[in-house]
Formats: sequence, C-alpha cells, structure tokens
Amino acid sequence: MNVPEELKYTKTHEWIRIEGETATIGITEYAQSELGDIVYVDLPEPGRAVQAGQTFGSIESVKTVSDLYAPADGEIVEVNEALQGQPELVNTDPYGQGWLVKISLASEPADLLDAAAYAETIQG
Amino acid sequence: MPDLLKTPLHAEHLALGARMVEFAGWDMPVQYSGVIQEAKAVREAAGMFDVSHMGRTRHRGDSVVPFWDFLATNDIQKLTDGASTYSLLCYPDGGCVDDIIVYRIRQDELYVVINAANREKDIEWMRQHNDGGVEIVDETFESAMIAVQGPKAVEIVEALADAPVSQVERFHSATCDVAGVPAFLGRTGYTGEDGFEIIVPASQAAVVWKALVDQGVTPCGLASRDVLRVEAGLPLYGHELSPTINPIEAGLGWVCKKERDYVGKEAIDAMRASGPPRKLVGIQMLSRIVPREGYKVFREGEEIGVVSSGVFSPLLDCGIAFAFIRSEHATLDSDCEVEVRDKKHPARMVNKRFLQAAKGN
Repeated sequence: MNVPEELKYTKTHEWIRIEGETATIGITEYAQSELGDIVYVDLPEPGRAVQAGQTFGSIESVKTVSDLYAPADGEIVEVNEALQGQPELVNTDPYGQGWLVKISLASEPADLLDAAAYAETIQG
Repeated sequence: MPDLLKTPLHAEHLALGARMVEFAGWDMPVQYSGVIQEAKAVREAAGMFDVSHMGRTRHRGDSVVPFWDFLATNDIQKLTDGASTYSLLCYPDGGCVDDIIVYRIRQDELYVVINAANREKDIEWMRQHNDGGVEIVDETFESAMIAVQGPKAVEIVEALADAPVSQVERFHSATCDVAGVPAFLGRTGYTGEDGFEIIVPASQAAVVWKALVDQGVTPCGLASRDVLRVEAGLPLYGHELSPTINPIEAGLGWVCKKERDYVGKEAIDAMRASGPPRKLVGIQMLSRIVPREGYKVFREGEEIGVVSSGVFSPLLDCGIAFAFIRSEHATLDSDCEVEVRDKKHPARMVNKRFLQAAKGN
C-alpha cells in the first residue's frame, strides 16, 4: 500500500501536504481501497472554517458513506471541482488528482502521524 | 465468532484476490475487481457468482407435488417436468418464511433452492408440514452453484456444454455436462439478465469455475449482485420480504395463486381485497447520493415511508432504492425526498423495475 514519505497522516486515513501557510488534504490509498468505488464526494464551500479532528465533509462509496476529518485547523480556500464529475479520481489517484480540499492553516498542525507511523496503523 | 462455512469455490476466490465477508454464516466474496466494473460486466458481457451458500434441497414422493402446492404460494401443480417457478413460503398470517425457486424434475421429484440465511428454518418448516409422505434431503454441502449472467452468458455456457443449452427456455432446466462435469442448469438468475444457474458436485466445482474464467467470464461478488438485483427490481429476503411483510405489500401478489388453498392464503387474499397499507416502490435520486436501508422518505415535509434496500446504480449513474411507502402516497412518477444524514435530498418515486424502464420495456 502506497504511503508517500513526504505527507503527514491522521488515524482516520486522511493525508495532508503542508506547503508553508497552506495545505492540501485527501484520503489515503488504504482508505480508498477499503471504501471501494467512490461515487460522490460532499465538500464544503470555500471560506468555511475547519477544525482539527472535526468533520468537514463526507465521501460516499458503493459500500458506505464516511465522514472526512480535518487534519488541521484552518479555512477552506479551494475545493477539487473535478471530483463533482469524476469522484473516481479519489480511487485512481488518491495522492494526486484525487485531492479533496486546500486550506489556509490557522495554526501549526499537531498530533499528525508520519508515513512510518501511519503505515503501522494499517498493518494487519 | 464460530468458524465460517466455506463454499467448494472458496480457494478460487482467495486465489483471485477477492475481498471476503461473512454472509449468513459463510465466508463469501463481496468484491473482486470493483463493484461498478463487475456490474457492468454482467450488463454488457458475462459475469459469474458463487451462490453455493444458497440452500439446495431435493424432495421425493408420490405426494410431493400436492405437498409443495400447499406450502408454496405459487402454482406448483402447473409445472411440467423440467420447468421451474419463483415462489414464496408464507406463514398463516401472510408473513414470509422465504422466497424460493421450485424445479420440477419429475412428477414425484422436486428440487427447491432457498436462501442461505433461511436454510435451517425452511427445512424445519417443511418437515413440520410433512406427514412422512415426502423425503426431504438437504444437498447444499455436496453441491456447488454458479450463476452465469449477462448477454453473453448463454453462448459461453453452451460452448462448454455437451448439449444445445441455448434451447432451454427461461424458467426451464437441463441436465448435461459443463466443462466435462455433470451439471443441472436452470435458466434463471437474479440480475435481470439472461443466463444459467449451474449446479455441480462440490468436488468438481472448481473445474467449471476455472473453465468459465478461461472463457472470459468476470468473477463477481455479493456487492455487485446486490446492485444488479435492485436495478432489476428483485426483492431480497430480510429487506423486501420478512415475517412482518405481506407479499401484497411487496408487490408479489402475482406469485400467490388465487385457486386452491396454501399456507397464508387467507391473510394474503384479505390484504389483496382490502388493499395494502404500504407499497413497495422504486426511488431514484436526482444525484449520486446513495439512499441506504433505513433512510426515511418524505413528501412536502411529511414522512411517508422508509428505504428497504439502496445502491449506487452504474446503469442510471445515480442512487436508487426500494422503499415501503404508505399507500396513499405511493404514486409513481412523483417527487419525493430522502433524508440522508439530517439533510433531505430530491428524488423521484418510480416503477421499481429500473432496468426494464431503462431498456424501454
């Protein structure tokens, strides 16, 4: 299972790519594999505040609907519009074209897992 | 958790990398390549399902036809040798014991396929009604059953068979070799597509399965089977049928005979006459949101019913469902809303035969 070294992770299977004041958020390869075919992604409008550990949207697969949890505090600045027509991008490219939202960071994110620690949580 | 039962094809599923889940006490494949891909394979070419977990029972005796005609809601007396029919088993109050397929082998022999989750209960029900004139044998564990479904299913099975099985009519059966293995084939299925359900000895099931894989048939899991049966408007026991649902409510009055007595007839005829308090309808979302079991259905703010089964339909590219709706609100081709996680989403109430409607018939 692909767990890129340069990203940070939550125990709830989101990833975050921190680039200065902003960050990109998605779900992991493992998460998309567990969910199966993704058919709908419900994301907030830009401008909305998100709080670390709180839900900011949901993702619907053929199997189930799951909450999305924010890895950090901040405000939504961009939503991946491509997912409206092609939610399957989350399956095919979870760390790339299947990103979910970009946020402006309100504070230094805490309690995130590095790749090795996240990889351990999805073993067995 | 007690040890799960394994079908004779269990090792094939593991070898193909299927994702396995517990279903009715069995360790079953829920998905291989992906639910949407598998559903499309069945609609466009051919897919196959290991349905060996379903109960298979044989019934012999001079009185076997009248015995089953009294237990089953549908007309068993009309069956000719080799013919089969869908039917229900009901309690005296009209609630449902199970839904089944009854094959007539000969005048003194029937073969009945029942749901996995109900196998023991059904056999007990049959034995309670048997005065000793019928021999009831559970053949589930000595056999396997593979459903091959899709527009190419019949020609693929025929290529492997030593008989012209394409000549077998719908709801009829044949006995022949498939991939060199003695098989009993029923031209039935649970997907809305043409195809066969192939019953073979457990010890040789893998030979048939592998031959079908070699012919390009796509292995499919329980999840795509659920999608396909909802698209085709077919009920599932535990969802659209149960001890507390009268067949008339589920729209299955057409499998309940009007002549001759059977267990449950009085209650079913009474509801047929008075009209059901709720009706099973189709729900089509205006979005890709999936209306799942238990979600409530509303119209103009008023709660009018509840979803019994729901899936994402690759055929229609939206969420679809069956729902039990209070009869006064069960008007087809009208607007409604489904409450999904505290938010109401627009939907249409439609005929539950989604596949047939999409094909224009």
